[in-house]
Amino acid sequence: MSNDSMSVLYDAPGPRARRITLISSILAALAAVAGLYFLVYRPLDERGQFSMERWGPLIDPGNEVFGQVWTQLGQGFRATLTAAALAIVSSLAFGTLLAVLRVQLKSLMRRRFDSLPAPVALAVRALSWLLNGVTRFFVEVFRGLPVVITIFFCASGLPVLGVDLGDILWYLVLGLTIYNGVVIGEILRSGMEGLPGGQREAADAIGLTSFQATRMILLPQAFRIMLPALISQLVVVLKDTSLGFIISYEEVLRKSSFIIQVLDNPIQVYVVVGVIYIAVNYLLSKLAEYAQRRLAKGRRTARKSKPATTGGESTTVQETEAVAGTAT
Amino acid sequence: MDVLVNNFDVFRNGFFVTLQFCILAATGALIIGVLVAVMRISPVPPLRWLGSTYVTVLRNCPLTIVMFFAAFALPALGSNADFLRIPGLDQIFKRLGTDLPYFRFALIALSVYTAAFVAEAIRSGVNGVPSGQAEAARAIGLTFTQNLRYVVLPQAWKGAVVPLGSVLIAMIKNSALAGFFGVAGDLSASAQSLTSAGGFPIIPVFIGISLGYLILTVPLGLLLDRVERRQAVAR
Repeated sequence: MSNDSMSVLYDAPGPRARRITLISSILAALAAVAGLYFLVYRPLDERGQFSMERWGPLIDPGNEVFGQVWTQLGQGFRATLTAAALAIVSSLAFGTLLAVLRVQLKSLMRRRFDSLPAPVALAVRALSWLLNGVTRFFVEVFRGLPVVITIFFCASGLPVLGVDLGDILWYLVLGLTIYNGVVIGEILRSGMEGLPGGQREAADAIGLTSFQATRMILLPQAFRIMLPALISQLVVVLKDTSLGFIISYEEVLRKSSFIIQVLDNPIQVYVVVGVIYIAVNYLLSKLAEYAQRRLAKGRRTARKSKPATTGGESTTVQETEAVAGTAT
Repeated sequence: MDVLVNNFDVFRNGFFVTLQFCILAATGALIIGVLVAVMRISPVPPLRWLGSTYVTVLRNCPLTIVMFFAAFALPALGSNADFLRIPGLDQIFKRLGTDLPYFRFALIALSVYTAAFVAEAIRSGVNGVPSGQAEAARAIGLTFTQNLRYVVLPQAWKGAVVPLGSVLIAMIKNSALAGFFGVAGDLSASAQSLTSAGGFPIIPVFIGISLGYLILTVPLGLLLDRVERRQAVAR
């Protein structure tokens, strides 16, 4: 990918440039290998980090504790995936509700309620203004807080306030849902606001109510446009599930630390867990890229048939990228 | 609310430790990130592979695991991260020079992790420059370095500001994790010590800690929105 997009920076290399590239490639590769050998492999090997004693329980099926270790890790991964799945579903639901609520409140604020008697109209307008302020405040606060802090205070604060969710899993899911729901809500909202104004106008013209227009016209399109950003947010949820170990939810990292206490091989265990995490997340980000390509293709054909909407759509593309950047 | 007033210095110190940590981590992440981004667009294939491997690995790995790695693998490599005890700098940022290495370990972990996102932000800026610009630069005979230095990077900077800003905001939020990895006295560590050891009521502590983070993140976010809107107009 980088090859294609970047080759625009330099000419197709001639014989001399090719020679220089080849020589510097070999030099760079040698430097990298030498650096890895002297700075990483040698010190680790001297401390016996590559011994079978440390790796065996993880990679050698003949090892006596291999089964136990992987049962533990399997339980951990199952717990991680359970929490991640619950958090994904609930934050999508919560985010959608929040986005619809904010868009509705915004359109409510624009209405003047002239048909109602003056004091009632004023009261309704004050109420919608207040609600808009409250939701905006909620969004800004929980978007600006670290998700660790949200999870930590969910787990330690709610029981004090007399809210008992039972299993510790639910505190983790709640914390993740608050943070990611707010982020997803903002993604969807900016998707809806980035749509061409004609969409809502057309919906109004055929007599849909404001809520119907949001539900049936704007939201589906926002989902479609923002799909890549949504998928990368799901990667974030999966990564953030690992924070469960802070509130001693028995997900994979907590299970790993039990294993490490017994076997004393932290580097090896974290390498294995990290590789699995990376593989899963890598597949998910590939999926996001694929979705983005598919969408770009769909948009290009749509643009050919309806050139009038080009302006509106190009702004949404930019916004998609901006939001996708936020979702780190 | 007495908790907030009585423990004001705890909150203030926590805020300043977090702020120092973020400044140092942002500097580190920018340096490493620019290096990785340059590697990713260089004409030398092994460097390119190295750069993209770095980004792929770090972007898909939870920060928690990176932190664990810094805490376990660096000592195993025989390093206490003493190279970060830069003379002069450790006078301003006192935590860099402490004997306990956790501040430096967490710093390395956060910088290395954030650098992957910084590299991606810069690359997206470079990709945002219309290809005609680089082609025109090549047509008048600029070399790869000249092309980058005089034509592409000055324009890429414009497109990279907003993504870089969101990366920095995410980094500030991620810095909260350091308090759970042995860095004493930052905002999130204060949250734990005040609630569990200090036994103070949880709601005021939550408000104090939250304010500390929101002071850092919200203005940055608003600034970023402004820059973004102005850029949208400029386009």
